[in-house]
Amino acid sequence: MLFVAPVVLILGVFLLLPILMALWVSLTGWNGQGSPFTGDVPFVGTDNYTRLFTEDGLARQDFMTSIRNNLYFVLLVVPAQTALALALALVIDKRMLKGKVFFRTAFYFPSVTSSVAISVVFLFMFANSGAVNSLLGAFGIDGPQWFADSRGVVHVLLGAVGVDTAPAAHDSVGPFGLTWWDWLSGPSVAMCAIIALVIWTTSGTFMLMFLAALQNLPKQLDEASLIDGANRWQHLRYVTLPQLRPTFFLVLTLGLIGTWQVFDQIYVMSQGNPAKTTLTPAFLSYRTAFREFEYGSGAAISFVLFLIIVAMTLFQRWILRERRPS
Amino acid sequence: MRPRALVNTFVGYAILVFFALVFLYPFVIQIGNSFKTESDAAASPLSPIPDSVSLDGFERIFEGTSFPIWLGNSVLVAVVITAGRVLLDSMAGYALARLRFPGRQAIFASIIALLAVPGVVLLIPKFLVLNQLGIYDSYTALILPLIADAAGVFIMKQFFESVPVSIEEAARIDGAGVFRRYWSVVLPMARPALITLTILSFQGSWNEFTHTLVAVQNPNLFTLPRGLADLVSGSLGSGTQYPLKLGAALLATIPVAIIFVVFQRYFVRGATEGADKG
Repeated sequence: MLFVAPVVLILGVFLLLPILMALWVSLTGWNGQGSPFTGDVPFVGTDNYTRLFTEDGLARQDFMTSIRNNLYFVLLVVPAQTALALALALVIDKRMLKGKVFFRTAFYFPSVTSSVAISVVFLFMFANSGAVNSLLGAFGIDGPQWFADSRGVVHVLLGAVGVDTAPAAHDSVGPFGLTWWDWLSGPSVAMCAIIALVIWTTSGTFMLMFLAALQNLPKQLDEASLIDGANRWQHLRYVTLPQLRPTFFLVLTLGLIGTWQVFDQIYVMSQGNPAKTTLTPAFLSYRTAFREFEYGSGAAISFVLFLIIVAMTLFQRWILRERRPS
Repeated sequence: MRPRALVNTFVGYAILVFFALVFLYPFVIQIGNSFKTESDAAASPLSPIPDSVSLDGFERIFEGTSFPIWLGNSVLVAVVITAGRVLLDSMAGYALARLRFPGRQAIFASIIALLAVPGVVLLIPKFLVLNQLGIYDSYTALILPLIADAAGVFIMKQFFESVPVSIEEAARIDGAGVFRRYWSVVLPMARPALITLTILSFQGSWNEFTHTLVAVQNPNLFTLPRGLADLVSGSLGSGTQYPLKLGAALLATIPVAIIFVVFQRYFVRGATEGADKG
């Protein structure tokens, strides 16, 4: 018992207790002065929560914008990092190549470095006259001013075919106070730079997971399917991928949990700018509490984010559930 | 080799080399540009080779910023947290794997549950508890909350369960107490798991950013990631100062990079620990 006591104490005091305290604070209007657990702090009930959903105002506007931004972030990052990780693992695993260890190391290295340090490097690369734009320039493409460009990529594409403003039907107010035109903007150009960074840093870890799973697959099945005359593609589609189901499950779950929490990169690279298009719920929660001193509101945002993560994970479990053959 | 196999091999290499470039070239650019003058870095950001090697950026890191303080804090914090985690996590892992005591199942279940709580959700809660305990803005606040972690306990428990009980039995019959059995019999056998835990703990605490954000505000308590973030978002005077920023980020990356290259297989083990149980 004595052996577990320190861990139980630390985790209890610094993980469990704080969650309960924050739940309480999310029901109050505490502004950071004094202790939040005295009678002087106004109790506001569920106001901090309802303001995010039902009241037309800046709080809801910002929160829904952050949800939209993060939604596009998740929709692009999770499939891309999973596909890239799988592709790299398949190439490293299958071919009779030399230097496997080198390539594995190279792909994994970005994952172990500091998120802050690597964000600094990407800030430089995506600067207006930075490496990415020089590279684009070499192909005759005039690169955008990445971190100053708040245009949504869907809007940019629509602009290219001549649609510059919202069609009348889409200018109306959509769900939760944002117009349909805003909901359907796509990620901003600035967000795309952060998306590129995150895909680049996380793919390596997931590649290792796929690689470990591939190396544990029984070899007999490979031989059997080759004898049956399956070609490479059929073999991959009907033999290898179904066996990787548990790994897919793990990678997608970790991907979803991770992408809904994106914070460090936002803090270093954009602080939610330009025009709030890189604002995410995690950063909004931080900003609300520590910059605007509305701790109750900030805590409420973080609990809603928690529920979103739980809901997304359950939803994905349900999508990927084992379907019984009928 | 048949021509088709030759083509396949070539395509395979081409894919691997292309992505190796994509994954490593940013670091090459970082190193190159940190040795450039500011105008050189702005004029040819893609080139890894400076026009003329300039140590200007590095000089200003040490003279114009608080980099030495951040470095000292990072070393202190990472070393103490790593030592703490190795000791506390392995003790708890051993107890949960081997010892029988009331509440064992419940404790293990809670530790697994804590693993699932998203870290970003804990920012405000952590600040509240540090504030309430009166340790906000101190080394204690930087270190104590991170000195044990659920993932480490899990790794150690898994390992101890894979060790045959018979060895400990022999020691027990010889009259060794629980602590003796843990310290002199089991722990020495746990070397691979302990190395994995040490490396993951060091890497994690060296790179930790969000915790420092809610634990301290005094610049004298900043660790490297916090100092770097401050450097980038704050004003440094004139210009973009990219060589300086890239150089500081480079220096902050080097310790983990060295450990990564030397202990690569332990990193791989740590990353795939989850895949195996999945």
